[in-house]
Amino acid sequence: MRKLLRKIFLLDLVEGLKVTFRNQDPKRIYTEQYPAERPKVGERYRGAPRLNVNPETGETLCIACNLCALACPEHLIVLYSERNEETRRKELTTFTFDTSRCMFCGLCEDACPVDALELTQDFELAGYTREGQIFDRQMLEEGPRPVQYKF
Amino acid sequence: MAEATFLDSTELVLNMGPQHPSTHGVLRVILKLDGEKVMGTECVIGYLHRGVEKIAENRTYTMFAPYVDRMDYCAAVSNGLGYCLAAEKLLKTEVPERAQVVRVILTELNRIASHLIWLGTHALDIGAITPLFYTMREREEILKIFENYCGARLTTHAFRIGGLQYELYDGFEQEVNAFCDTFPARVDEYEELLTGNRIWIDRLQGVGILNAEDCKAYGITGPLLRAAGVKWDLRKAQPYSGYEKYDFDIPTRENGDTYDRYIVRMQEMRQSLRIVRQAVKDIPAGPIMGKVPKVMKPPIGEVYLSIEAPKGELGYYIVSDGTVNPYRVRVRPPSFVNLQAVEKMAKGALVADLVAIIGTIDIVLGEVDR
Repeated sequence: MRKLLRKIFLLDLVEGLKVTFRNQDPKRIYTEQYPAERPKVGERYRGAPRLNVNPETGETLCIACNLCALACPEHLIVLYSERNEETRRKELTTFTFDTSRCMFCGLCEDACPVDALELTQDFELAGYTREGQIFDRQMLEEGPRPVQYKF
Repeated sequence: MAEATFLDSTELVLNMGPQHPSTHGVLRVILKLDGEKVMGTECVIGYLHRGVEKIAENRTYTMFAPYVDRMDYCAAVSNGLGYCLAAEKLLKTEVPERAQVVRVILTELNRIASHLIWLGTHALDIGAITPLFYTMREREEILKIFENYCGARLTTHAFRIGGLQYELYDGFEQEVNAFCDTFPARVDEYEELLTGNRIWIDRLQGVGILNAEDCKAYGITGPLLRAAGVKWDLRKAQPYSGYEKYDFDIPTRENGDTYDRYIVRMQEMRQSLRIVRQAVKDIPAGPIMGKVPKVMKPPIGEVYLSIEAPKGELGYYIVSDGTVNPYRVRVRPPSFVNLQAVEKMAKGALVADLVAIIGTIDIVLGEVDR
């Protein structure tokens, strides 16, 4: 008899609807209004790569040791260096980082002995061309330029 | 029942997938239909084949670790754990206790996240749209913990061979505890929506029955096996990464139908939470990385190690020839093995039930095709 009444009055459906209406409270809305509202990504987020420079002199921190290129599973880092005859030190000439093939595993970042190569918190990496995905030294040193949308 | 077509009418051959939303990816099922009744199925796989096993042969052991995350992308942490444990067994490395405990916490959180994805999409397939939004909300909290810990949300690359790369961040324990406190009420909410719902019961009970003998014959593991009444969980049977220290139960059911598999997975989420609670209570201090050489050259030999991934037994078979690259890495993915059972479960069912059957296996095509 009870079962029949439950069936007639669709009680189990009402129970489900109760949950739905409990979640209508505006305090429990979780949707993020991107891009008007930007997510706060974690401090360790592995996003767009950056090649750090010394903030005072503007010189690159990279010592051209090639360890990041060796650590990369996709072999997407290519760098060339020249030996400076005066100081007897290797100096970085070109550095390219192909983000179109990058899977952001963070192995290059871990391999860097001087913390020159770093994966930043910038996550907006979409582009219109494949060539644009290949970051050269200048782009890497300037760092990410997040797009600011106006509303 | 399913041997001959009704009144010898012509059989209709129909393709389901690879773009069908309810095949959870790029699975193609060739259906032989008699009206609405399924007479036979044939799964066509390989649309997401990326050759992960072959890639391993020209990568070093360290370099291959990020690739395993991309097999079962819903449970990347579990994949990483399995690979790291197998490589550590090959290298005969001891993992520090702190690293083991952190690994257990993250893996169990990942199990909950994987089951949440399953629950949301499975319910969506059946026609219950609401649970998906709620499960995604809770999954977000877990992914936030992953993001803060290792910097990625889905393909985490959280563990390294020998231990961990990242030290715990400030507030990790609080965040995990906060999740543990809120989550049981949320599971109750899902159960309120689904467990007693008449449509849900009608659609699932008695659909896709797979008994214990069939499960063993097919080599099926994970929640499918436990729903058939076999108490088999690798975390208890062959404890790894310190699982023997934690107190938890293996949920089982008898009937082995789709509804039972749903109940088993719901209880598994609660059990995982119990493990997380115990583990996060006292994380031992100490180093997080064991003694691993910079250039890994394991001795000649082979090793097989399997773990209990959210979907079943996930095994790694690594053959080393003494060089820096593995000679062969073979992955035993749970989804690939479990997918065979579609044929058995779907025979005689309706097309609408087939959607429930594919959903209940909890396949990830990235793992099936590798």
